[in-house]
Formats: sequence, structure tokens, C-alpha cells
Amino acid sequence: MIAIGERINGQFNDVRRAIAEKDGGPIQDLARRQTDAGAAYLDINVGTAAEDPLDAMRWLVETAQAACETPLCLDSQKPEVIRAGLEVCDTSRGVLLNSSPLSKKSDPAVLDTYASMAREAGGSLICLTMDTEGVPQTIERRVEIAAELVTRAMDLGLEPDRLFIDPIILPVNVPGAQGQPGLILQAIEQIALLSDPPPHITMGLSNLSQGAAERSLINRTFLAMAVSHGCDSAIVDVLDDALVDAVAAAEMIMNMQIYSDSFLKAYRGQAGRQR
Amino acid sequence: MDLPPVKQAFSSTVNEVTLGGANGRKAVTIGGAKTVPYGGDLEATGRRPRIAVDVLDAAPADWPGALAEAYKDVLDDPAAWAAMAVGDLGADLVCLKFDGIDPDGGNRDAAHAVAVTRRVLAAVNVPLILWGSGHNEKDNAVMPKVSEAAKGENVLLGTVTEDNYKGLTAIAMADGHCLIAEAPLDINIAKQVNILVSDMGFPLERIVMFQTTGALGYGLEYAYSIQERERLAALGGDTLMAMPVICDCGSEAWRAKEAKAPAADFPQWGDEARRGPLWEAVTAVNLLQSGADIVRLRHPAAVGQVKAYIDTLWGKEA
Repeated sequence: MIAIGERINGQFNDVRRAIAEKDGGPIQDLARRQTDAGAAYLDINVGTAAEDPLDAMRWLVETAQAACETPLCLDSQKPEVIRAGLEVCDTSRGVLLNSSPLSKKSDPAVLDTYASMAREAGGSLICLTMDTEGVPQTIERRVEIAAELVTRAMDLGLEPDRLFIDPIILPVNVPGAQGQPGLILQAIEQIALLSDPPPHITMGLSNLSQGAAERSLINRTFLAMAVSHGCDSAIVDVLDDALVDAVAAAEMIMNMQIYSDSFLKAYRGQAGRQR
Repeated sequence: MDLPPVKQAFSSTVNEVTLGGANGRKAVTIGGAKTVPYGGDLEATGRRPRIAVDVLDAAPADWPGALAEAYKDVLDDPAAWAAMAVGDLGADLVCLKFDGIDPDGGNRDAAHAVAVTRRVLAAVNVPLILWGSGHNEKDNAVMPKVSEAAKGENVLLGTVTEDNYKGLTAIAMADGHCLIAEAPLDINIAKQVNILVSDMGFPLERIVMFQTTGALGYGLEYAYSIQERERLAALGGDTLMAMPVICDCGSEAWRAKEAKAPAADFPQWGDEARRGPLWEAVTAVNLLQSGADIVRLRHPAAVGQVKAYIDTLWGKEA
């Protein structure tokens, strides 16, 4: 599992406060703890409250990468914010850009922009199965968009193994959306067949349980199910021990990790090395 | 759109382990494979596999005639035996096997084992493998002293198992040796032994894995598939399975009735002096194809055949 640590995000109060006060301590603490917990990448998102998002992104990148060796996942819907992060990011450890849809009404060339930045940085790119029509409601359309993403990214110089497809998971308690997680599992299975080697498949897992009770349980149950359908990455709270244990067990049950009596420990020892 | 290049991509590499290399002794490095055996670029194949010839600490009482005959002049003299293995047969390594300390096989003491170790170390300049009897209690009493006698020589010391690993792991660490982690043809236990040993602080990079080997006709296919799965796990990024591998082909092959039964009893099987070594060589060549990095061999003719096979694939060594 390529776990992307979600915690350095301006939507969390501690991070928003740290950004506002330019207090590096909490950021570096989160960077280290997520690294120790096995994060393969650390997501960096300035949130919506930052006064100067470009400056905040530069500061977050410099602060986080000084605390650990883990590569970063620069997360913004604004290309200029990503670009600001890339200016100061140590891309020699690898970098992941998060994220671009296939196309967008306000910016039809959005994928080209993100793919070019990822290619030039020698990194990888998360792409959302979304186009000008928004998030599709059917499996077929999600897979169709994923196929277009794979093809288009290859044209732009990104091989499928540098591509992370995010089928977009919506909160399970939104009226009418409860059928979506089941459909997404079927979509994942088909996306994994699009190329060989297949693109990575990732998801912003915490979104699934947004506003729901028993969030950790919902998240880890779905992640274990997604692993069994071919999902190999997720943007998650790696500090949630029960979640990491569930992934370790799921990968072992799916014969992706060789069983040993110490399989939980073995998984934690290796996590983070798999990118 | 151009077709993308088709490539079998493995994300990881088998660890390289160097044996010997101290006190004027030759260094032998094994491992380093980046792909399945003979499955891709030669550069990705890693280090040349190596042959270890068995030398016993005391003359064996139960060796089949064809095997005992080949070493009849040196069976009582491990130093001369080791010199013959290296000088005449071209062994890359000498595996000094302490069957003579086993309570059921001579029950010799630590002083004997230490003296033999010193004499063999002095007799050859290739790295040594020092391998206990398999009797836990006796090995725990004797092998630490053997390890100490070879301190600083960077030998390959074995074996540790799931139930008996603490003593030998600690002494191998103290004396600067590499370690053989053994499992009973069980990939899950192999991983567990590696975890247990590394939990004691022993570096994973100094471990060589050993699955009790099945010979031709006696589980070779099963041994092969386990070795293959271990190698795929190593190449796939499982750092707890990324060790190079040693196989015991000699003693296992010669346990087979088909290898050792005299032609007088089974005339249709042919001459056992030819049949036995072939049985051993076929076992070894198969396991080399599964990714073995060291094969332990016994009969000189089997050593010659396996050497010729390795030369064919890898080219002769200068």
C-alpha cells in the first residue's frame, strides 16, 4: 500500500494555526510521526484559509522536508500553488502532484498543465475520474474517464506506473450516495485492467466517512475491501493504527505479503519503502 | 500513439552478501539479482552462483560407497579434504559440516570442533561455511566456540531456526559472521525466522536463507516452488525476504535410494558411481534455476557437472 499521509492539511486546525503563525514545530512533528507510521508520501495542502497560498505552500514544503526524508505529495487545485511548492521541493526523493481531473470547464487544459509539471519534476500524478460534467454517477463513465486519463498521460510523457487514478469517493451518508462505494469497487477492478503495468489506484479515504459516526471503522473496512479489488494506494490517516493493521491483514489475505506470525510488524517495517 | 516498451519490472534487488575477504582470504560475494533467474538482462542477473563442497569434521560412517570412494584418502583428515575440494575440484567455498559432534554421530566435543575449524581455516584460502549438526542442544554448546575460533574470518555460520536462534545469532553478531536462517520447507516460517533474528539486532543484509532442500524425487518440485516464491517476494520489495539463498543438494540427493542403491541390487538402474553424481547434479541444476546463490555439493563428478553448467551460462571465470 502506497500510503499518503493526509495530516499536513490546512483544513486541520493545528496545521491552519501553524501556517498562520509560521510555527514549524507542529508541521515537523506531523512529518516525522507520519513517516514513522509508514507514509510513502506526505500530503501537503495549505487549505483555504492561508492569506498567501503560494507563500504558505513554499513554507510548508521547506518545513516538512527538513524534518524527514519522505517525498511529498503537493496538493492543490491551483497549478500556481503546486508550481510554488515545486520551486523549493527536493524532488530527488520523488514527488507526487495531487491532482488533476481529465478536464475542467474553467481550464480545459488542466491535465496538460499538471502532467507537464509532474514530468518535469520526475514525479507522479494523481488524476481524478472527473471531467467537465463533474463526478460521474456510473461505473462505465468512471472507467471511461480513467482510460482517457491513462492514454492522455502517456501522450504527455507519463507512463501508467507514474499515474495514480482516484475514482473519487463521496461521503457515504450523503443522501442518495450510499450506493457509490460499492460501484467504486467495481470501477477499481476495471481500472486495474486498463494497462500493464496498471496505473496506481488511490483515493481520499477520509472523505468516505465525512460527517459519519464510527469514522475509523468505516474507513478501514472500505480500504480493506478496496485492496481486495486492486486499490494499491490511499490518502489516509497513517496515524490510525487500526487502519494500518487492517491494510496489513488485507494485503496478507490477498497474498500480496507473505504471511509470518509477525505479519503486522513485518508490514510496518516495510511500509514506506513501497513506492 | 507509440506502443509503450514491454518490460518486466521488479522494484527490488536481492541483497548482496560477502563472505571471507579478511586475513588474506578470498572474498566471495553472492546475491544481487534484479530479475528472475536467467529471465532478463545478464547485468540484472546478479552475482554468479557459487559451489560449496562439503567437508565433514569426522569421517562419516554411513556414506554410500560411490561417495566414500571419491574421498577415501582424505575422509579422516578435514584439512586435506578441504584442500582437495579447493585445489582439485575448484570449490568456491568449503562447507565444514559438523555431523561428528551429533550425540548420535560420534558425539565429539567442542575441543575437537575448534581444532578442526582452525586446521581447515589454515588449509584453504576460500571462505568457510560452518554448519552445525542439527542437534539443538549440542550445537548450542559447541557452535559458539567454533564461531569464536573463526572470529574475524567472516564465515557463514549456521543454522538458526524458529525454535533455536538466540545463541548463535548473538555469537555470530559478536564474532562478525554471516548467518544461515533455516526453515523446514516453509516460506512463512522463513520470513518469521528473519524477523526474529533481525529483532535481535542482526542485520538482514548478513543473512542467507536456507530451506531444508528436497532432492530429485523427494520433493524437489516443492523446494523449487518455494525458492521461486521467495525470489519473487525479494524482487517485489519484501525486504524481509530479500536474502540470497543456499541449497543443500549433496546430502539430500545422496539420501535417495535412486542415487545410492548398488547396481548389483538394481541392475536396470545402471552404475551407481555414475548415477549418484547425476542425481546430485540434476538436483543442483534445478535449484540453480530457481535462484539458488550457493549450492552445497558432495561428489566430485557432480561438482564438475554443475561447474560446467554454471560456466555455460555465465562464461568461464578468468
